[in-house]
Amino acid sequence: MFFPISHSHINPIYLAVVGFVIGILGGFFGVGGSFIAGPALRLMGVDWNYAVGTDLAHIVGKSIVAARKHRTLGNVDLKLGMIMALGTIGGAEGGAQLIQALKRAGNVNTVVSWVAIIVYGGISVFMLWESHTTLKLNKRRSHRTISDAKAAESKADHSAFGPVTKTIQQLKIWPMINLPTSGIQISLWTILAVAVVGGFFSGFLGGGAGYIRMPSMVYVLGIPTHLAVGTDLFEIIISASYGTFTHAIKGNVDILIALVMHTGAVIGAQIGVVATQYFAGPKIRLAFVPLPLIGAGIVVYTLVTGHKL
Amino acid sequence: MKPDAAKSLRVFAAELAIYAVLVTAYFFLVLHVLGDWLYQLETQHRILYAVVAILLIAGQAVVLDAVTTVLFRLLRRRWR
Repeated sequence: MFFPISHSHINPIYLAVVGFVIGILGGFFGVGGSFIAGPALRLMGVDWNYAVGTDLAHIVGKSIVAARKHRTLGNVDLKLGMIMALGTIGGAEGGAQLIQALKRAGNVNTVVSWVAIIVYGGISVFMLWESHTTLKLNKRRSHRTISDAKAAESKADHSAFGPVTKTIQQLKIWPMINLPTSGIQISLWTILAVAVVGGFFSGFLGGGAGYIRMPSMVYVLGIPTHLAVGTDLFEIIISASYGTFTHAIKGNVDILIALVMHTGAVIGAQIGVVATQYFAGPKIRLAFVPLPLIGAGIVVYTLVTGHKL
Repeated sequence: MKPDAAKSLRVFAAELAIYAVLVTAYFFLVLHVLGDWLYQLETQHRILYAVVAILLIAGQAVVLDAVTTVLFRLLRRRWR
């Protein structure tokens, strides 16, 4: 099928299948899946600028479906999502500006690649340690012998990083924001700091940066994992819409490709959301570990071989 | 395999098959109709194109979500 906007020939079934896979990941982990979508489009000969912009447009659609499903399960904190969207957009602009500065300095590819490897690798190692330790601690709590399904249902979340999270929550810097859906009260500045950092990496490394935001919401803000996944998706709708708009104005979005990819993502996202009901928070976090590693692997590959996927 | 799981898988497979037919029709009808218009819009009116792009992807998300939900409900009821 010919897509006139990006001047590319791509099999629509390939696009729908890629969308399906990303949809499952998005629904289950609350990530945009740009580390797969970008290279998958590039593999079909789509220029990088179109791959980045089109991926963002597709993320908007997929996140709407997944966030709607999560909302029916009570997994979306709208108030938190709105506040975070503001910080994300600001941070994304900061990240994009740093990219421009590095471009002028002439070392953008090397710096971004190394930062990506360190950040992706760091997240994976930390989450592996934390979820593994939490699962071991949960096993030792003999009096709390509830099944995984019940733990997932209750959305109560235990974390080996919990004491640090509690300390962060106790920082009483005005104004304090009450988030009844998430069951916490926390400083507005802490929420904005998390959102700005997530947005910064979104602008700097590309994509929705769910691989940073979702863990930050769990470990820094203390949001239960199920709510972090749903709220992250809701927040991504706003920030990715902004990204789609700015990229479309710059001529980087082939909306026809995004629409076709999205047909597969609809089914995938629904499967991913339903699957979260059967897993407790630490298990979702443990399953999340390979995702940033895939991103790191792709960057290492491009560094070693010199190929741009 | 438990009977419930087998039934769920059967319903899901049927949903996928029906959905695939609908989506194929969608590729050829809607995208061919919209293709030229969107291409013209992208080359001549970028801001309008940006707005239309967001509306299209959001609209498609809501419609397809509703279609799959209705499909799943109907099939589940029929096969119960």
